Formats: sequence, C-alpha cells, structure tokens
Amino acid sequence: MLDSKVPAGPLAEKWSKHKFNLKLVNPANKRKYTIIVVGTGLAGSSAAASLAELGYNVKAFCYQDSPRRAHSIAAQGGINAAKNYQNDGDSVYRLFYDTIKGGDYRAREANVYRLAEVSVNIIDQCVAQGVPFAREYGGLLDNRSFGGAQVSRTFYARGQTGQQLLLGAYSALNRQINKGKIEMFNRHEMLDLVTIDGHARGIITRNMVTGAIESHEGHAVLLCTGGYGNVFFLSTNAMGCNVTAAWRAHKRGAFFANPCYTQIHPTCIPVTGDHQSKLTLMSESLRNDGRVWVPKTVELAQKLRKGEIKISDIKEEDRDYYLERKYPSFGNLVPRDVASRNAKEVVDEGRGVGASGIAVFLDFEDAIKRLGEDTVRAKYGNLFDMYYQITDENPYKQPMRIYPAVHYTMGGLWVDYNLMTSVPGLYALGECNFSDHGANRLGASALMQGLADGYFVIPYTVGDYLAGLGFDPVDKNHPNFEKTRKEVEENVHRLLSLKGSKTVDDIHKKLGHIMWEYCGMARNEVGLTKAKGLIQELRREFWSDVTVLGENEEMNQSLEKAGRVADFLELGELMVDDALNRRESCGGHFREESQTEEGEAKRDDENFRYVAAWEYQGENQPEVLHKEALEFENVKLTQRSYK
Amino acid sequence: MSGNMNLTLKVWRQKNDKTRGKFVTYQANGISQDMSFLEMLDVVNEDLVRKGEDPIHFDHDCREGICGMCSLHINGRPHGPKQGTTTCQLHMRSFHDGQTIVIEPWRASAFPVIKDLAVDRTAFDRIQQAGGYVNVNTGGVPDANTIPIPKVVADEAFESATCIGCGACVAACKNASAMLFVSAKISQYALMPQGQTERYSRAQAMVAQMDAEGFGSCTNTGACEAECPVGIKLTNIARMNREYLNAKIFKEEEAH
Repeated sequence: MLDSKVPAGPLAEKWSKHKFNLKLVNPANKRKYTIIVVGTGLAGSSAAASLAELGYNVKAFCYQDSPRRAHSIAAQGGINAAKNYQNDGDSVYRLFYDTIKGGDYRAREANVYRLAEVSVNIIDQCVAQGVPFAREYGGLLDNRSFGGAQVSRTFYARGQTGQQLLLGAYSALNRQINKGKIEMFNRHEMLDLVTIDGHARGIITRNMVTGAIESHEGHAVLLCTGGYGNVFFLSTNAMGCNVTAAWRAHKRGAFFANPCYTQIHPTCIPVTGDHQSKLTLMSESLRNDGRVWVPKTVELAQKLRKGEIKISDIKEEDRDYYLERKYPSFGNLVPRDVASRNAKEVVDEGRGVGASGIAVFLDFEDAIKRLGEDTVRAKYGNLFDMYYQITDENPYKQPMRIYPAVHYTMGGLWVDYNLMTSVPGLYALGECNFSDHGANRLGASALMQGLADGYFVIPYTVGDYLAGLGFDPVDKNHPNFEKTRKEVEENVHRLLSLKGSKTVDDIHKKLGHIMWEYCGMARNEVGLTKAKGLIQELRREFWSDVTVLGENEEMNQSLEKAGRVADFLELGELMVDDALNRRESCGGHFREESQTEEGEAKRDDENFRYVAAWEYQGENQPEVLHKEALEFENVKLTQRSYK
Repeated sequence: MSGNMNLTLKVWRQKNDKTRGKFVTYQANGISQDMSFLEMLDVVNEDLVRKGEDPIHFDHDCREGICGMCSLHINGRPHGPKQGTTTCQLHMRSFHDGQTIVIEPWRASAFPVIKDLAVDRTAFDRIQQAGGYVNVNTGGVPDANTIPIPKVVADEAFESATCIGCGACVAACKNASAMLFVSAKISQYALMPQGQTERYSRAQAMVAQMDAEGFGSCTNTGACEAECPVGIKLTNIARMNREYLNAKIFKEEEAH
C-alpha cells in the first residue's frame, strides 16, 4: 500500500497543522538550493515565481517560444473559490464536498479540502497582481455559477480567464527573472530525469533551436507539464502538449496514477474532416444559458441532416431537451461526464445533427429572447465569434452544434500530500499530477488547482524535503548525468535513423482512433483487450516504418513530434491496462459492464475505492500495480445523482 | 461543404539565422474550405515528409487564437486577409481556387528568423521582464474585494490585457515599432489601482528596454491597430506616451 502522508487530525485542521510540522529552510540558506521547474503554465509559473521570491534559485523550462504561451492560457470559463461573496451558501466545506462528489469519490479528501481552503487566497493574489477580473457596477468582483455548481463561486475575466491568470503568473515570473532569481529556458524540452541514489537531481533537455542536449542539476525537480490528452490525437489541448516529461520520469521510477481517467468535455466544436488537427472547446459557461437538444425522433433528425427541413421547421414539442428532461434539478448544468455520455447516447440512437450526425444543438434562442442579444454578446461574445470563425455559422441566428472532445486528464503522476512523486525530490503540480479531481474534474477547478499547487502548496512542502539535504551543491560531474544524457542522445539518433514510409502523424492519428474508439467515452473488456493488441502492433509499426527527417542540430519539428508520439504509444497501453483493471464505472471512466438500470455510471466502492498507481518495469514488461486506499472520513459515499 | 481548391504557395524557406532565405513554390491541391490555414500547411507538410523533404517550420500551439504563437505574414498582411483573427483561426474559405498565397515570417530586425517562418520573439519577454508586473510577493495580500474598481475601469484594463503577444503589430509597422504591445501592458497597470505605485518607473523601464531591443519609433500610422488580431487600440499608445512624459516630469511619489 502506498503512503499518502496525509496528516492525522480533523479535516479542517490538517493543512494548518501540517504547515507547522514541515521543516523550514533558513532564509539565508535558501539561496544554496536550486529548484528546476519544468513547464510554465499556471502551476509552473506560479511555483517558479513563489519559490524565487522565497530566495531559492530557480531554473524554469518551457517548450514554447515564451513562457506566456503555456496552454493554461486557453482556459476560458473561470476559476472557483469559496469566497462566498454572493451570500448564497458557499463555504470551503461546500467547495470541498462538491469537488469530492464531482470526482465521483475517487480523490483524496485531505488534498481536496486543502484545495478548497487555499482557493480564497488565489483570488486575493491574482487581484493584487492586477488581474482584471470581471466586476459588478459597484466595483466588487463578479461571480457566475459554473459547470454543475449550485452556488456562484466562479471568478472570471470574460471568456479568457486562463489567459488573464496566466499573464498574472507570467508577470510574477518575469519579475523574478529580472531579479536574477529565475533563469528561464524557452524552447527547451525536457527529455529525461536524472536520479542519483534514487533522488531526483536534474534533467536532460534538448534546445529546440540548436539541438544541444544539455544537463541541468538541481536539488529538486518540479514537473508542471500538463496533461496527456493528445494521446487521442484530437483534443482541445495545444498541438505541443505532450506526456514526454512525465512519461520519462515514470520510466525513472515515478508511479503513474489512474491513467484511464480522462475527461471528455461536452461542449466542443464537432469534427469536420480527416484534415482536422485539433478540436476547439466552447466554454461550458455556455450551458448556463444555452439549452442542449436534438430532434425527438430519428426521422426528423435524418430529414434535418439531409437538408430536407430547416432547424426552425422543428416545432418546440418535437425537440428533446434531453438533459432538462432527464435531470430536472441540474438540467443543462450536469457535470461534464454526464453531459458527454448523454450526447453520445442520443447520437448513437441516430438523433444527432449536422452533416455528419455526430453533434447536438446548444441553443441560445431562449436566452436571447430573455436577456437580449446585447447581454448575450457581453457574456459570451468572444466564444460566439470563435464559433462563427471556425464553422461559418452565426450562433446568434442558429443553434451551435457541439460534441464531446477530449479535454483534460485527471490521471497523472502519483503524488503524496506534499505533491512529491514516488521519486524523492521529484514533484508534480497541476494537471500533470493525479491528486485533486478524482475520476472527473468540475468546471473552473483546473485553474484553481494549478495555482493552488504553485502559489500555496509547494512553497511549504518543498522546504521540508530540502531541509533534510544539507547544503552541498548537486554534483554535476556525477556519472549519472553523462549516462542519462548519452541515453537521450541515443534515443534521438534512433528516432532520426527511422526512414520508413509513414509519417509520425499517420501513426499518431491511428493511435488516436484506437484510444477514442476503445478507451473513450465508453469502455468494455472486449474493446480494451483489442485496443491493447492494436497499440502494441502500432508501436512496432512506428519503430519499423515511420520516417523522421532532418538532423538533431537544428530546429526539427519532425523530431520533436516523433519523440512525443513514441511516448504516447507507451502511455496509451498503460491507459488501456488501467481501464481494464478498473472494472467499475466512475466519473469519466465508464465501463459498460458497470452501469445502473438508468444507464448511469455505477461505482464499485468495495473493490475499487483506491488509487491505481503503476510502476514501470522496463520495455514491454507489464507494469506493477500499487494501490492507495481512499479513506472517506467526512463524506458519505453515495451514488451521484443530478436528477 | 463546397468544392476543394488548388492553390499555389510561395513560402519563405530559411535554414537558420546564418543562411540566406528564399521563396520556394509549392502546390497545395484538394484543400477543403473548412480547413484552417495551419491545417492546410499541415497537409502540405505531410506531403513533403512523404517525399523526404524537410517540412515547412512555423510556430503554432493552441490553435484557438489565444496563445499568440502563430505568426505568419500572408499575402503581405500579418495573420492574413481577415480582420481580427490570428493565423490559426483563419480558414481557407477566405481564399479562392487557383489563388497564389505568399507566406513569410514576421519581418523585423528585433525578431530574427530561427528557421523558415519561425522567428525569435524573446525581445517581447525581455520588455515584460523590465517592468511588466506589480511588485507583490505571494501571500500577505489584502482581500480581493478590499479595493472596489469601477466596472468601466476594470473592463478597459481588461481590453488592454487581452494582448496575446504575437508580434503582428511589429510586423505590420513600417518602422517595426513595438509601441502597441508595450503600451497595452503599461495601460493595464496604469488603469488598475494595483499598478499605481510603480506606474512611472514601469513606463520608463519598459520603454527603455523596448528601445534597447531595436524596435522602431511610432509615427502614428495605425497599421498595428488595424492588424492586431485581438483589437488592441491605438489609445493605449497615447496613454503610454502620457505615462512616459509624466515619468520624465514628475517623481514617482508625485504620481498619486
């Protein structure tokens, strides 16, 4: 059994007590330590800045041309915080409870409570940085209700909350770069972790402009590298999002937890063709005012698809607002996993819309009637524009077509309460860890978690580890640096020697199809078993028949892509293994064998109330499963119901 | 969707910053109008890879118009022919069958070419590092609702803060001036109460760094505003000039 290091005591006092018990590093000694931060999204930027402010030396890395471009920038909807500014009954406990329940009771109570507790500090911090949140006419902060919450606790900056929060964290990062406390490495990709005596002591990176393979040493390494949704090829992630840093760390001993927990977001612009490179999310804030529907009958849907009738020809009584019908109390605001599965269900029934039939409507007609077009524009203008831009359809005049797409990965590197992975000195923050969202993440909680980890958790917990190390600098001449660097170089050259007939994208697309088909919104034993074989076959195809062009000593996007897809091909199989192992449905993981009579996800708490953490055993070896039992001392496990 | 298009591309190819670049012509056939501009380039690149030729390198990431990484000069205009869009949000329905499309990198000496269409925009980062922040540490800040900010002020600051840092303003400007970019950040903080304490030193530091990076001067042509994909307004530059002038006349402590 894995030790989560959750402190004893009442839930509400755990973090305060723990902070007191953590060892401190004397202010004068902090400058003797170097901390490596990989990734500069919300978690990475906030961690790097906060640690540098404390006096540590920080080396920060990102693969983009600027730290400001990390994919947190694209988060639209908002950030939750238990401020209760609206006097509508919110509290730290309620945010905790909603998050635990939303995650279908597969997250750690103590972590989630801490998240809710520090959420209030995040908003204060961001406002102090000059982040221009939405405000009411009286000048105070505005809130909205978001993604299944029955209180208004979501702070936002129009539909660009992630951008504004990230630019806030980026400004804090810049301030420390200017002070010389952070050394920033743009266009650098982490390709391996260096461990000495089992402790993380550095990383190997590739300079994406010159190709130089370099070692960087540090007393601790923080991975803030985001999720692995691009294993599906099509997702709402940025094109460059990848699992490589986390995966290479996994191969060096960091356990990978709950890889099968992926979030398929219900409101995305549907796929139009094979050329498509990515999917675009339409913020689920749209579900606050938009109504989801499909035609009541298959016949009507067919006529509509063929263009024999127009949308406006479908009478009100012939429209099935299926979420409102099935879930009267939550309606269109049911959690993401529920909304997605229901969309799949109506499409599978043949009632989908759009030319492909793989879409449902999100309709604003009533909202425009009720609020006026101007109010709707003020609330969602940029989202409507984006939709118009991409589809050439005007959402003010006709309903949007939406369909679920891969959006977020709740699984990730296993971490204890201190955010440390199973490799001492190696930490994982934000989406790249598994800790806070269980089997399903609620809307506006990703930004909260990224910033909670970076601003308010790691600055305390990393000190506890460093305080036990002594003050010696990391030995950069240790043979493990050269050894690991050599291995990375060999891997790069192995990739560059591939001169087959397929492109990297050919293989990546195939992998995506396999994952979407068998490890997507619904999974079963037969499909998953088949997928496992297909992925193994595809991996062989990659290493024998793919082509990678160019040289290492230049900007080489073929090489970058190839390395990332090679890792996705290994991760994909682990996701399937994990999905096979978890013979229950929970949150975003829906095993068809385990459902209620009404077709809802049915958990099996007796047998699966645990975190599945996988340990790497070597190439093509089955990974070993470690379990962390989930103890619920404060909430009662119930069947989630949004009726 | 209506029929596919055949296009001629003239693309700037340059191995690195040490070698001379040139235009190379490619045919892009069977392009669907539903494709984004970058997906069209993906298709061309897949063909090139299959033929064993180095694909066209260009910067891109989120493909949602928000990260600011894509940066193509298309037929003489940053981010192409459509107003208010980034390259990644430009779709092929903005072009017609048989058209010739010229694709270049941003052209500015402060943005050296790295390879093909990818340029080095770290000058922008360095300008932000010079003063684009409020000097607050994590923790110890007042409650978020302590200072009410009039909605109109917060909204105006937000408009300035939406700059995505793509560099289209520089690419559009005949002087390769970065004034729109710099003024957007200076404006955000000049408007927000949190930015007041350092508004003058910030304006001076950021402008000094902008000059040091080799960006040109502003001659009020307004090309930057016209080409900005997110609609950053020229009034930001006016505000920056006022901040800068005030900074020269008054001391920091007299700013309030």
